[in-house]
Amino acid sequence: MKALGILIGCAIAAAAASNETILIRNADVYPVTGAPMKGVSLLIQDGKIADIGAKIVPAKGVRVVEAKGMRVYPGMLDSGTELGLSEVSAVRETVDTDELGTFMPQLRALVAVNPESEHFPVVRVNGITSVMTFPSSGGRGGGGGRFGGGEAQIISGQAALIHTDGWTWEEMEINRSAALHLIFPAIAGRGGRGGGPAPDAVLELFGATAGAASYTQARRTYEQQIAKLNDFFDDARKYQKARAANAPGFQRDLKFEAMMPVLERKVPVAVSASRASSIHDAIAFAEKQNIKIVILQPRELGKVAAELKAKNIPVILGRVLALPETEDSAYDEAFTLPVEAYKAGVKFAFGTFNNEFVRNLPYEAATAVAFGVPYDDALKAVTITPAEIWGVADKLGSVEKGKVADLMVTDGDPLEIQTQVKHLYIRGNEVALTNKQTRLYEKYMGRP
Amino acid sequence: MSKARFTKAWLAALIALAPLSAETIVIQNATIMTVSKGTIKGSVVLKDGKIADVGEKVMVPTGATVIDASGQYVIPGIIDCHSHIAADGGINEGSVSVSSMVDIRDVINPEDIAIYRALAGGVTTANILHGSANAIGGCTLPLKMRWGKDAQGMIFEGATPGIKFALGENPKRAGNPQGGRGATATVQARYPATRMGVEDTIREAFNEAKAYKADWDAYNANVARGEHPIPPRKDLKLDPLKEVLEGKRYVHAHCYRADEILMLIRVADDYGFKIRTFQHVLEGYKVAKEIAAHGAGASTFSDWWSYKVEAFDAIPYNAALMTKKGIVVSLNSDDAELMRHLNSEAGKAMKYGGMSETEALAMVTLNPAKQLGIDNRVGSIEVGKDGDLVIYDKFPLSDYAKVQKVLIDGMVYFDRDKEVSGRAAKAAEKQKLIEKEKQNQQRQQPQRRPTGQGGQAQ
Repeated sequence: MKALGILIGCAIAAAAASNETILIRNADVYPVTGAPMKGVSLLIQDGKIADIGAKIVPAKGVRVVEAKGMRVYPGMLDSGTELGLSEVSAVRETVDTDELGTFMPQLRALVAVNPESEHFPVVRVNGITSVMTFPSSGGRGGGGGRFGGGEAQIISGQAALIHTDGWTWEEMEINRSAALHLIFPAIAGRGGRGGGPAPDAVLELFGATAGAASYTQARRTYEQQIAKLNDFFDDARKYQKARAANAPGFQRDLKFEAMMPVLERKVPVAVSASRASSIHDAIAFAEKQNIKIVILQPRELGKVAAELKAKNIPVILGRVLALPETEDSAYDEAFTLPVEAYKAGVKFAFGTFNNEFVRNLPYEAATAVAFGVPYDDALKAVTITPAEIWGVADKLGSVEKGKVADLMVTDGDPLEIQTQVKHLYIRGNEVALTNKQTRLYEKYMGRP
Repeated sequence: MSKARFTKAWLAALIALAPLSAETIVIQNATIMTVSKGTIKGSVVLKDGKIADVGEKVMVPTGATVIDASGQYVIPGIIDCHSHIAADGGINEGSVSVSSMVDIRDVINPEDIAIYRALAGGVTTANILHGSANAIGGCTLPLKMRWGKDAQGMIFEGATPGIKFALGENPKRAGNPQGGRGATATVQARYPATRMGVEDTIREAFNEAKAYKADWDAYNANVARGEHPIPPRKDLKLDPLKEVLEGKRYVHAHCYRADEILMLIRVADDYGFKIRTFQHVLEGYKVAKEIAAHGAGASTFSDWWSYKVEAFDAIPYNAALMTKKGIVVSLNSDDAELMRHLNSEAGKAMKYGGMSETEALAMVTLNPAKQLGIDNRVGSIEVGKDGDLVIYDKFPLSDYAKVQKVLIDGMVYFDRDKEVSGRAAKAAEKQKLIEKEKQNQQRQQPQRRPTGQGGQAQ
């Protein structure tokens, strides 16, 4: 029985903080927040980084992992996924994002996370140890649920920050309410990539030829949606007052309850907004409602970069490997968006915004480097910066004493495609670097 | 001016950049990944559109334009074996289950901006395919990304044309109007609705094509004997299939699952034709032995998976495994974006399955050239081959690498420095066009007069 327990422990890492003490010896440690330390050892104890130093003598019974020539980095954090909520994106039965309803702040992505999703082990082998998982795909011009049939979602629910390993969603949780997801309304029109909103310049210029009525109508719909959004927040504030006053006849409302931490600025609002004009309006909205926001998936920055910087609003960029928005945009428009944010001093992290591409998170960062972002900033944008943005930098995002032992041991630069992750630790548990795909590979390599 | 005309004017400005004729060019001091003859530090000489010399030391012809590529990498032009760019007005003739009578050749749009973007991603040749809506789709052909040339000028001259087949979920879709990904509200279901029906559709078509071919063979034999028979009725649907039976047209078959791949191999065996490439072929690794025995190539994605049920057993090791089992494998895009970084997609073959640099690079150069039967012309850096080259600033099988220059037929079609330095002028020109358009619109605005009934809001 005991042997069986050990066996299972090896095959599938227990998700709670590990009891095992592990010494990673002779590695080059890249803390991300400081200079690399060559040829040092790192002690993992109680799921945390207990010590880093040149001479750590392991106590008896400590497992030693020889890592000469290998590098230790913090595990990576993808700031835009639907992991656990979407298995086969084309099959509705396997997808739990995009609920019906326009204002749904009470929905929690966390409770729909399937820990057995095949996506988790797939992304782990590339060093992704935590992700933001969102209740909606969002950022698609604010147009309805992905599978249609519903009114356009505006508030889709609460995004969760989770580890990519655990027996249950409870054990995977880092923060069940890391952000409220708001899909900012957009002026619908022609021209944007994937049927998204057209640039304002195009709408202004060609709205008339396409029938001025359609543009005017689209503009009106947009303004109505913004008004509805403000109404919802205003109502939540009224509720907040009634709640504080404990007025007679006060009844709990689950939607508004979910809004309380947002109004108290304890939970940021992650706002999907692609065009500069939408981002500008989203910033104005945040000012008016006195809420903390993070912009998701901007497709252009332009003049709003300075606004974002001035208001200290971070952005989640992705995908970097994307087509330009319009026919006459520069071919490298999406590739250069990160360097635009960097030059403007806007804080940024990366998200992949598609479960299929979560494992390619480091390559998004590499593309940003190719087009001008300094390497260190790109690496930070998949480690410590998102940890800061989502309020967990005291626990995650770097290799420092006292932090959670979410670590990857690699044979090289993690942003480089050829690099292999050799060991992965989540909360100090060594996670097997196997998945459905490695198993199929082995099986069919062995086919006679 | 309509938006279309505005765009046209804008594109014309871009197209004006197209090179006119080939000069003699020497690319010096580069790391040259020839694919077929190793990697060397040296030079490439391009003359009359062809590779005239390559080596550590070359004779620099007098008057040659010298490109100093110190610290940079040169690879053969990238070949995408599966693309749908540059095709105007839809790529799926999905109204019938066999649409072999239609041809992508008739809808080439040389002004599709995706061509320029692909070029900027190092692609010099792309196989432009019909869609996957039907078991037997339309005819296809490879194009060179000669941005600025007309439709005829894009065509890869002399290349064997192809035809698209499709198996699995996509061709079944129209048979299941009420359900499934991308299902439309088709009133009437279109046969087939199952993988069984897909097989039957292909068999029925080749049954007809065989009889048609026999009629023509008999006719031609009679003519050869000096007789004057009445020719059989020409059938535009069956002609391309007859060409398949004669080995004059390549079959590029969209497929996912192992069962359907095996099915098509057996159908082809029965009717005596060959599948040139299996496209996507995400479960090719499960039937690698059968694919290799048939002699087909495999053109797959590096790591796409899970977007539909038939993609759920996809593994990123597919390309490496099939290579190890003796199949000529290429990595394709099927996507105007992915197309722009097939170089790093090739890098994934090194990560997943341990391909060598050369093996991986071949998957986006020499191997697709072999699959398209154009490896005598392109796919590697060898004397006599077309001057189709890409210059990268860094090791190209990585996302750190940026395309610096792209040459086709020995001419520079993309130059990042020029692209970047020319942006200000283009922006100014665009602004000028916008101003002109604004003035046009003001002029065209009808005079508004008060109606005398309270007036309509302006």
